[in-house]
Amino acid sequence: MLVEQIAVFLENKSGRLAEITAILAENAINIRALSVADTADFGILRLIVDKVEEAKAVLRKNGFTVGKTEVLAVEVEDKTGGLAKVLKCIKDAGINVEYMYAFVNKTGENAVLIFRFEKMEEALATLQKEGFTILSREQICSL
Amino acid sequence: MYWQKDQECLPRPELTSLQLERLTNTLKRVGTNVPFYRNKFNELKLHPECITSLEELRSYPFTTKQDLRDNYPYGLFAVPLRDVVRVHSSSGTTGTATVVGYSRNDIVTWSDMVARILCSAGVTPDDVIQIAFGYGLFTGGFGLHYGAERLGASVIPISSGNTKRQIQIMQDFKTTALVCTPSYALKMADVMMDMGVNPNGLSLRYGLFGAEPWSEGMRQEINERLGIQATDNYGLSEVMGPGVAGECQECNGLHINEDHFLVEVLNPDTLEPVAPGEVGELVLTTLTKEAFPVIRYRTRDLTRLIPEPCPCGRTFVRMSRMLGRSDDMLIIKGVNVFPMQIEAVLFEIEGTEPHYRLIVERENNEDKLTVMVEVVESIFFDEMKKQRALVETIKKRLATELGVGVEIKLVEERSLERFNGKAARVIDKRQL
Repeated sequence: MLVEQIAVFLENKSGRLAEITAILAENAINIRALSVADTADFGILRLIVDKVEEAKAVLRKNGFTVGKTEVLAVEVEDKTGGLAKVLKCIKDAGINVEYMYAFVNKTGENAVLIFRFEKMEEALATLQKEGFTILSREQICSL
Repeated sequence: MYWQKDQECLPRPELTSLQLERLTNTLKRVGTNVPFYRNKFNELKLHPECITSLEELRSYPFTTKQDLRDNYPYGLFAVPLRDVVRVHSSSGTTGTATVVGYSRNDIVTWSDMVARILCSAGVTPDDVIQIAFGYGLFTGGFGLHYGAERLGASVIPISSGNTKRQIQIMQDFKTTALVCTPSYALKMADVMMDMGVNPNGLSLRYGLFGAEPWSEGMRQEINERLGIQATDNYGLSEVMGPGVAGECQECNGLHINEDHFLVEVLNPDTLEPVAPGEVGELVLTTLTKEAFPVIRYRTRDLTRLIPEPCPCGRTFVRMSRMLGRSDDMLIIKGVNVFPMQIEAVLFEIEGTEPHYRLIVERENNEDKLTVMVEVVESIFFDEMKKQRALVETIKKRLATELGVGVEIKLVEERSLERFNGKAARVIDKRQL
């Protein structure tokens, strides 16, 4: 139930993000979610896309350094306290969050939280046990 | 395989007496025919005819690049121009150009020296050799060309540049041996990837690389990516060009053609010999050259001798790959830093040939060395914590290795310029 995410190394130079999104668009690759982590010198762009292998290949071909990691996608109701509930459960299990980002689906009813945990398998088991909705890649792409 | 087995495997005592005889002749000849040497010998009251041991060469003066420049163009020639059949010139990238000349015999000797290097690297008359060194005033192209013809290999004199065409010809002509700089070999591997050419589908078996310093890591990467056996060879136009020294298939140091070149390794500061096996500056004296002999030429290249006998059977002493230049040495906050040290650390961390650039600046009267490192997949993480930890690891490892702190700047893959010729990885912005 883990979802593949691609990560791209970015120098802090103007236009790089535009370039990446243009490359993906040209190749009919759809971005479902994205986040950028940055320092003064460089950034790490993380993307959830519909065609992972194609996105990786086409970005590599264009000279980008691309990595692939597995993340967890948790669907919660888009209501106050939605995220807090998930985080509490994770905290109680003693698991650390490496990073996370979120987006709201088209209907606006639910929010999707993308997590990278220190212990992925343990986090997955914990969240499933607590009855949270874990989305597969197909589900994310069809949102 | 040997090209001139009798000479290449000459027992040491015989080699020493041959060297002494040739050295005496050379010193006498330059003392008579070259005013530059004649004046120096007179000044120092040196009498070449009285030499009884090779060690006595130590009382003779050095020749430097500046001496060659001062005597531009023909001042150091030891024969009349009518006996010179070829001139070459070293690039003027680090100052005024210098000119060297060759007699007919010199060309024959040079060809034999290069044929030896080719043979020891595994090349035979059955091979098809692609020479991707520039042809022209640079000694690389013609030097290898004549040696390969002397050996009897089939020569493709393609010269440097136009990488796609190089690869096309490599495919069509079934090249088995490639001659170029090591950095160009890696560039070829990159371009092959872009072109969708699988190196395993080529006939390539050997690579002879020289004209710039490289590392063991770079050799491994070239071997793996091109599926060949890469050997190192060494030469410089001031002494002859390629053919001064080359690796055998043991790939563990370069045999110096000692019957034609006398080797010294000296401490660049004191100019005294270093202990056997220690790093120092390579100093060469030609023993047989007619048109352009040089006495104790300071190459500025750093190496160390490997005195142990080589399993290949050659008796010529080996030297390590070039460990940098005594004049490329950067002095950062008073500490001597060689770019090759940085390259070795990066290779160890990345597990692949690093692409990097060194920027030296002076901020508030203090030296600052910044290492720009291209981020390849083996050192890229989706987690910022790990990415920053990597920067810290590189910093720490370099500080330990160099004895001076550095800054690290991560840059995107392929964003640093690749070089066709000698790699210029240091940008010194200090204005002193």
